[in-house]
Amino acid sequence: MKHVVAAADAIAPGGRLVVEAGGKRIVVWNLGGEFFALADRCPHQGGPLSAGQVMGHVCSAAPGEYSYDRRGEIVRCPWHAWEFDIRTGRSVFDPRRVKTRRFPATVECGEVLAAERFAVAVEGRYVVLDI
Amino acid sequence: MNMMLPHANAPAAAIPAATLGLCDVDIHPRAASRHAFDPWLSAAMRERLHTYGLRPRHGYVRGTPYPKSQPLASRRDSWAPGGGTPASDLGFVQAQHLDHYGIDVGLLNPLAPSGQGDTNNPFSVAMAHAVNEWQLAEWVVPEPRLRASIVVPYEDPVASAAEIRKRAGDPRFAQVLLMSRTSHPLGNPLYWPIFEAAAEVGLPVGIHAFGYSGWAMTNGGWPSFYIEEVSEHATSCQSLLISMVVEGVFERFPTLKIVLIECGFAWLPSVAWRLDKLWPSLRGEVPHLKRLPSEYIRDHVWVSTQPIEEPERPEHLADTMDWIGWDRILYASDYPHWDFDDPRLAIPAWIPAQKRAAIYGGNARAVYGW
Repeated sequence: MKHVVAAADAIAPGGRLVVEAGGKRIVVWNLGGEFFALADRCPHQGGPLSAGQVMGHVCSAAPGEYSYDRRGEIVRCPWHAWEFDIRTGRSVFDPRRVKTRRFPATVECGEVLAAERFAVAVEGRYVVLDI
Repeated sequence: MNMMLPHANAPAAAIPAATLGLCDVDIHPRAASRHAFDPWLSAAMRERLHTYGLRPRHGYVRGTPYPKSQPLASRRDSWAPGGGTPASDLGFVQAQHLDHYGIDVGLLNPLAPSGQGDTNNPFSVAMAHAVNEWQLAEWVVPEPRLRASIVVPYEDPVASAAEIRKRAGDPRFAQVLLMSRTSHPLGNPLYWPIFEAAAEVGLPVGIHAFGYSGWAMTNGGWPSFYIEEVSEHATSCQSLLISMVVEGVFERFPTLKIVLIECGFAWLPSVAWRLDKLWPSLRGEVPHLKRLPSEYIRDHVWVSTQPIEEPERPEHLADTMDWIGWDRILYASDYPHWDFDDPRLAIPAWIPAQKRAAIYGGNARAVYGW
């Protein structure tokens, strides 16, 4: 089901916003104009990911070798520092099994949404979650 | 031995209390500023604190020698809204922790700056007194759910014993607090005045992981990474416990209670098994021991849950908890630190209701007399 959760310009690039939609607490991220939405709850012990530090991904091909990529696309849980990929909700240390729920997020224009009977300004652009 | 399997829990109706009955034996209050201790320090010691700061037995390091996962080793959401450091604001600690989880009794373990293990013993003595008064004035008096620990300058055991006796009979103090890394193995008779005083006033001795001993943290020297330092708590606690058993501390002080806090516990049975195996052969060296080493451990040692081990097969953890004793394991949160344990999620759901209730609060009530 479609939920209009914020005006697109309410979340700056690199920013985040906590919303409640469909009875769920969800954190919406803006990565350079792309929007991603994750359940605001770490699958480990429930820490609020929205309060976590956003960073990149430190990789190491071998002991003593380091590289850094995915700048600004990895969030660390504020409690136990488990790392999650903001794009997918999957953890860095065990992406197959440990992940937080991701919700499809899109940006839609107000004109279309207004036609669908959402109370929005027709000239605006909005972040829409499918929950 | 019963085999615990992670199947469905018993119905909630089996839990006797309406709430979890929570007692949290590891909360770390922090002074917003070192000036918080000024009212209880002499002019000379105030001057020392603000001029020279704390001098832990760890050379040439300001602050901690390893990066502690998160700033001030704390949950990033535990900084008070007004900008105060984690667990420095009673109102926020009440809201985020005591009220949020419904904690009946919380035990304070001040870590820094407490002056424990400082290179300057007279300063450590003065700080211990000030930190104890500060716990009462800032925390326990305004919030009766909290209890204080008697912070002692443990590298001066005679002064420590005096601080313990000074607090005797005050129910606001629940235990004597030591750090796990001391400059001699903890069973050394040097430290016995502390155990003598604790046994005399009837308080458990809580030994919390950390502290700086002046020695390398591992038997092989200085580690490279924080993950090594945190893992090392298991081995330093093994050393101190073996020392206490074989030096005869529990033979000399038969009523002494030891609570190991933040030390983990899955290692405990294997240490006892090893000692028991050696004892028949080597007892001639330690004739003052009258019983199997494991019997001293089982009679005198309690453990806390955080950080609880998380093996792939839950029955392995169940077996270690079964060996230690379901009446010996106390819930601890470690609030506000980064490795904090949520009481609703950290204690595995497969533990039957009565045993969970004991871990959540019954065992702490029994050992601390709450």
